[in-house]
Amino acid sequence: MANTILVRANADGETTVVQALIRHPMDSGFIKDKDGKLIPPHYIEVLEFAHNGTVVLTAFWGPAVSKDPFIKFSFKGGKKGDTLSISWVDNEGMKDSRTAAIM
Amino acid sequence: MTETASDNLADFLPRRRQMLAGTLAGSLAALFGAGPAQADDVVLADPKAYPTAAFAQKTEADALKAMFGRTATVSPKISLDAPDIAENGAVVPIAVKTDLPDVTAIAILALDNPFTISAAYRIPPGTAAAVSSRIKLAKTTTVLAVVEAGGQLYSASRSVKVTLGGCGG
Repeated sequence: MANTILVRANADGETTVVQALIRHPMDSGFIKDKDGKLIPPHYIEVLEFAHNGTVVLTAFWGPAVSKDPFIKFSFKGGKKGDTLSISWVDNEGMKDSRTAAIM
Repeated sequence: MTETASDNLADFLPRRRQMLAGTLAGSLAALFGAGPAQADDVVLADPKAYPTAAFAQKTEADALKAMFGRTATVSPKISLDAPDIAENGAVVPIAVKTDLPDVTAIAILALDNPFTISAAYRIPPGTAAAVSSRIKLAKTTTVLAVVEAGGQLYSASRSVKVTLGGCGG
């Protein structure tokens, strides 16, 4: 699968600000396709961020999170070059993960 | 990629046309400083942790009971930032932050959506009690930010008027 995760993490010495964008349809299950058939729900359920192997945020998402979801948060610590890992799994068992260096 | 995706990407990539046209992977690695995958450092999202029952609830009371096992009291220490009027219910930016100490979780509820809970975040120690994201609103609704702090549950609410619903139908 092409990489679905865009992430940018910037450390200012005290805190690290993380912004991430995931490419995912986040189908709600309430929208019909052009033939009038309901598109089944398809959405990310769990998204996890870890800094050097320690979880810094766990997101639980329902189908009401927007398509191609965006999230921004921050945590204490983190310095340039540290590893941030991002991983998600959706309701159909599809998943993706990547690591990025904090800038 | 759809229009929405491109618009979202624009936040990240001012030169998105050029970026998308170019070698995407290489450009992104350069932009975001992504190194090669280091399997040891990856903490994988655990689908078993997902609170399925809570996300299936259709009222505030049921949702909070399923997610947190208690009811929330209104707190002025929670800041819920959302537009007064959302022209497009499919993408409504919501930002929650709080000064409450010992925050362990933040949840976002849209009371008139088909399912009440939109998103919930587990906040470990060291992570700021502030999360921004974007949700879909089916129609004009009260949006509720719920914060679990020190074993108690607090909330703040705000009405968002939706001119074009985000759930289709």
